[in-house]
Amino acid sequence: MLSLGSVGAKSTKPSFVSYVTPEEIKLEKEPPKIEKHPDLLPGEVEFCCANPILKYTQDDMSQRGIFGTLFCTNFRVTFISDEKSQEETTKTFKNKLYGENDIPLMCVDHIYGVYDEKKKLITGGLVKNKYPSKMIIHCKDLRVFQFCLTFTKEEDAKKIFQGIAHHCLEERSLKCVFAFSYSGTPKMQRKCIILDKMQRKWETILFDSPEDWTQEMKRTRANCRLVTENENFELSQRLPKYFVIPSALGDLFSYQGKGFPIWCWSHHSGCALFKASLPPVTQEDGDFQKHLDIMLNAVAHNYLYSAKTEDLSESLPTIQDIQQSYNKFKQFFLIENSTDFWLSDVKWFSSLESSGWLDIIRQCLQKAVEVVECLEKDNTNVLITEEEGTDLCCVISSLVQIMLDPYYRTLMGFQSLVQKEWVAGCHAFLDRCNHLHQKDKECHSPVFLLFLECVWQLVQQHSPAFQFSETYLTVLSDSVDVPVFSTFLFNSAHHRESVMKAESPLAQSSPLSCPTVWDWSVQFDSKAQNFFFNPLYSEKVKHEKAVRKAHKPKHQRQLSLPSTAFKPPSKKGFFKDETDSLKKILRVKRLSRWMGSPDSPAATTRGFYESWKQRPLDYHGLLLPCLDGPAVRVWMQRYLRWIPEVHIMGGGSVAVMTKLMELLSQVQDLKRVLEQRDSSQAVKLDHRPYIQHRLLSFGSSGRLSSSFPFAYSRNRSFKPIIPTGLMQSLMVTDSLASQEDEASSFVSLV
Amino acid sequence: MGRARVEGLSSCALISCSSVCRSTKTPVKANFLFCQRNWFRIPVFVVLYYIDFCTSSILMVLKYVFIVCVSTAKDVTYICPFVGPVRGSLTVTNYRLFFRCTDREPVFGLDLPLGVLSRVEKIGAATSRGDVSYGLACKDMRNLRFVHKEPEDSLKKSVFEVLMKFAFPVSNNMSLFAFEYKQVFPENGWRVYDPLAEYKRQGLPKESWRISKVNDHYELCDSYPAALVVPVTITDEELRRISSFRAKGRIPVLSWIHPESQAAVVRASQPMVGQNGRRCKEDEKLLQAIMDANAQSHKIFIFDARPSVNAAANKMKGGGYESEDAYQNAELVFLDIHNIHVMRESQRKLKEVVYPNIEDSHWLSNLESTHWLEHIKLILAGALRIADKVESGKTSVVVHCSDGWDRTPQLTSLALIMLDSHYRTIRGFQILLEKEWLSFGHRFQQRVGHGDKNHTDADRSPIFLQFIDCVWQMTRQFPAAFEFNEYFLITILDQLYSCLFGTFLCNSEQQRLKEEVPKHTVSLWSFVNSQLEEFVNPLYVHYPSHVLFPTVGIRHLQLWVTYYIRWNPRMRPQEPVHQRYKELLAKRAELQKRVEELQREAANRTASSSSERAGSPTRSITPVQTFV
Repeated sequence: MLSLGSVGAKSTKPSFVSYVTPEEIKLEKEPPKIEKHPDLLPGEVEFCCANPILKYTQDDMSQRGIFGTLFCTNFRVTFISDEKSQEETTKTFKNKLYGENDIPLMCVDHIYGVYDEKKKLITGGLVKNKYPSKMIIHCKDLRVFQFCLTFTKEEDAKKIFQGIAHHCLEERSLKCVFAFSYSGTPKMQRKCIILDKMQRKWETILFDSPEDWTQEMKRTRANCRLVTENENFELSQRLPKYFVIPSALGDLFSYQGKGFPIWCWSHHSGCALFKASLPPVTQEDGDFQKHLDIMLNAVAHNYLYSAKTEDLSESLPTIQDIQQSYNKFKQFFLIENSTDFWLSDVKWFSSLESSGWLDIIRQCLQKAVEVVECLEKDNTNVLITEEEGTDLCCVISSLVQIMLDPYYRTLMGFQSLVQKEWVAGCHAFLDRCNHLHQKDKECHSPVFLLFLECVWQLVQQHSPAFQFSETYLTVLSDSVDVPVFSTFLFNSAHHRESVMKAESPLAQSSPLSCPTVWDWSVQFDSKAQNFFFNPLYSEKVKHEKAVRKAHKPKHQRQLSLPSTAFKPPSKKGFFKDETDSLKKILRVKRLSRWMGSPDSPAATTRGFYESWKQRPLDYHGLLLPCLDGPAVRVWMQRYLRWIPEVHIMGGGSVAVMTKLMELLSQVQDLKRVLEQRDSSQAVKLDHRPYIQHRLLSFGSSGRLSSSFPFAYSRNRSFKPIIPTGLMQSLMVTDSLASQEDEASSFVSLV
Repeated sequence: MGRARVEGLSSCALISCSSVCRSTKTPVKANFLFCQRNWFRIPVFVVLYYIDFCTSSILMVLKYVFIVCVSTAKDVTYICPFVGPVRGSLTVTNYRLFFRCTDREPVFGLDLPLGVLSRVEKIGAATSRGDVSYGLACKDMRNLRFVHKEPEDSLKKSVFEVLMKFAFPVSNNMSLFAFEYKQVFPENGWRVYDPLAEYKRQGLPKESWRISKVNDHYELCDSYPAALVVPVTITDEELRRISSFRAKGRIPVLSWIHPESQAAVVRASQPMVGQNGRRCKEDEKLLQAIMDANAQSHKIFIFDARPSVNAAANKMKGGGYESEDAYQNAELVFLDIHNIHVMRESQRKLKEVVYPNIEDSHWLSNLESTHWLEHIKLILAGALRIADKVESGKTSVVVHCSDGWDRTPQLTSLALIMLDSHYRTIRGFQILLEKEWLSFGHRFQQRVGHGDKNHTDADRSPIFLQFIDCVWQMTRQFPAAFEFNEYFLITILDQLYSCLFGTFLCNSEQQRLKEEVPKHTVSLWSFVNSQLEEFVNPLYVHYPSHVLFPTVGIRHLQLWVTYYIRWNPRMRPQEPVHQRYKELLAKRAELQKRVEELQREAANRTASSSSERAGSPTRSITPVQTFV
């Protein structure tokens, strides 16, 4: 099997392997059908099941598999093996909600059916007809499942296929999302309310109360005004419940809830970042121009009378472009068998490039660096605009804040940032993630994932600056498609509130309470949560950490580039002096045009990046990404974790991480032991079992695969993965190839 | 009359003396007068002392002073592709080229050994203003360009000529600088590799393998080492007959033997089968003996590194490959690795793509078009298959290409790294290089072209670079499995070209002995082993029995940015790589110290609090252990 490829002079190309024979033999051997049922979560209901179903293992290309039962519930598609699973018990990183053979319905991306050896995408029309012999499920977290339906009774097969297709592909209403039945049970409600209280006691700031905003303004020393008029969504349903605006802005009711700047973050110099939803400037509309001027003035008034504006929809790809590019990109990772893998390996780099995904990441980071430059170097207020103001504005403003503010590079800070900019900031998660399988393709786009990708690039380049690990980001990106949390289920704050009220089980007493995704204990036990932390994080001195814990995170910044134009702000200049204001407006406009100059935006920030690079690196100061070609990489952990061909047994970054974590956990254990000993009774406690248990849990896994903690390879024998079809991979057609092997030996070439 | 100035910059010192001594070739006794002003104005002769770069103290080797004529300091402009033209002074010694800018803050400098130059040429004719520019193509993936503003003919000529002379000493019948470098290190690196000791480590000789002295005077094969391990059942006489059947007399000999299964890695050159299908019964017997020496398997695999087409084409020239009819129980596998010319071309394209500027938007497709990583993949895949056959299949393997000195050492040494953890240590890796590459006659002189001005030489090829790249790929995939760090690999490559050490000189063991290289030069390992802490990977965990099977998919291969693109200031890591490693080391030491302190404290407390359990605390707290 391993010598496939160019063995001898003949190269055998593995074609579609007949998969009927091995299982038929196996069928005879396995007569007992044990009825197994999945452990249902609260509120989970089983719809249908079928047995026996063969699940192909991806580990080898021999088309073998495991027999078991396939279930479809209102939460997931799940496969339960007839054999005893030996892996589950030893896992150190186990998701409590779904296991390796569970696919949350929301996580299903596409379903393919194999009809007479032909793979077809399952859409509404095909479901009615004949069921396929093989069902292939592509998940949003890039897992690929292949189930063979031919061994089960025809009606069962039909039922399960149609059931799965129906629940995963058909458009449905928000009410049907599992989160509501999960949290809807009275028991879960009580639990959720307790969890919610605990959550608030912890550190993730949810930004759903005026206090959270005041706190944040205090922390960044912002000089803006908190708006509470939208508490009952009277201003607009698309606006957050609470938000902050420049203090110079007047009455908000005249704007119909659109087109005014919303404060994002204040730089320690005093200038600030604002975002606004503005339609693109298409025609020379006088009213619009006037409106824009007022907005800019309000922004400029915030600090030093300078402002720049940037229309993101003009300079960045549209959300449809992003969607298209990601669709192309993810195909390279949804790999069904080895042959496909090695075939696609040959053109790997050019395929990546053609998808344009990495380029979009680069553009977003680039734009964020431009904004950072304005804030940091020029100390100018920046207003970023976009039609909706909740897509790319969120990406850019969050990235800018991560680059400038070390607080957002801590785990809690990052979660608060996602709450602030994305959840409270009304990013339309429901539409963008297409949780309800709507047919309207226009509004789907992995914008939040794009943001996580950009953050990953930063984490990759400056890992000691971040308290969280790439595993955390990967888990967060998966959690978007787990329909248990309220965080990513709604289109806006208003949407959330109205749905939660309507779905409340306890009559009109209180709205439904769902766990937020930040409640990591819902998914992982505390030991698994250790993987979220970056062991290399260079923490700042302790007292500052204590300050942060006490909810008063300070602005800790190192001295940055000198502000170029520091003039005392003219406090009363604007409204009094008309001509002066006109001049200002002109300047503002000129600046804005300069900023959005289409000719090589990279060149404009290059100098900024280089001067930053020359200074000694400070992980608690400004952080800029390198954006040159080789520096923007593929998020290996997220995209390659399920592909057995690329698993490195005993290697990968996990080898380093595990080792560092090992060391850190030992230090912590010993500290704990000492603490125990300090208390008088603790002397009797034997700490031995605990420590040994720790060591065992790492030791038993011996050599982990690079995909740890995600995919577990059953391939314990450390067999290498040998590429097939090498000859096809590299056809050097040049004359050089046919030249003498060793020039010196036969001919002399000049 | 003597005005001189000592300049200390990055551990190199320049002493320039303004005394006129055009006629004399003898070293000038420099007067150490420090002159602050006006010293640029007069064309000066610079007396340069080569200062050893690796010692922090300034050490002058007065014996090797050369008088080198340079133009005045202000005249030279270095056309830097990253920051634009930089003006400054250019100094050329018999070992290095040194440029220091005078008009820029922070101080910008260039400092490279002349050995890395592969080509020095004038670009264009002198312009009307008298500018002359010349380009230097380097072996380490960069090109330099200097422009002389100085119109005075004699001077600019001299820089060019000096460069031509000292950069290519071999072409000028001079000796390489390594023969003049007399730094003394605490350890003698020439003693790192003792073939008999290495074979003894592998348990050789043993019942079915013996160490033959047939090549003691390099009569059997001049490119092989003196000590050869062959099956006991094959006599020296038979070996002689086999040597006429294998290209260049490079007979199948053992490289490595599996300590448990006895499966052996054997290397050779191609059999001289020719068009008529010549056979050699001694050769067939030898392969049978290799197979018989391993009781675990009744098969033997012959890995021919070449694409089958090329192997077949070699029959026209008298070479070829083993036919499965002649060799019973042998299975022949072609590994499809291309020849030295394809590799050279790939490197040339790679250089075009990475230097000086990277085209961001087409970076990936440009990278793909160089095929560099595909070649790396094929080499790694070949080594992986060899390692798999030996480890999982418990089968002996024979590896050869055409002459067995390029692709063969790539494959065997990579397979050995996968199979034997000893070769992943710093000293083990040195032994591996000394054994598989140097003693078995990889033609370093030809492939690198030390001191040779013939830059178009078709014998040059980045074979060794590819091997180091493959090792680097493995260190990426297994960050805790190697004792050495990236800086170690980069140092090896830099010193490969620098000609400062004797290690990589000549083409074979025989030549090195004839030239008395070990006697007259310093070994690179003397330098390395005298400051091991620079090269240690802090994450290293020694697992004696682990076999590494890397993933060879392109998805897991990366371009070695910190080597190939290191000249681009934007791509340079914020801190030098080894600096980062040192920090990691310090961090680990700090943590370990804390652990130990806590342990001691805990032990004391236990001891004091409960005397009856006095024995347990030492065992209860496991010493710092690590698991990968």
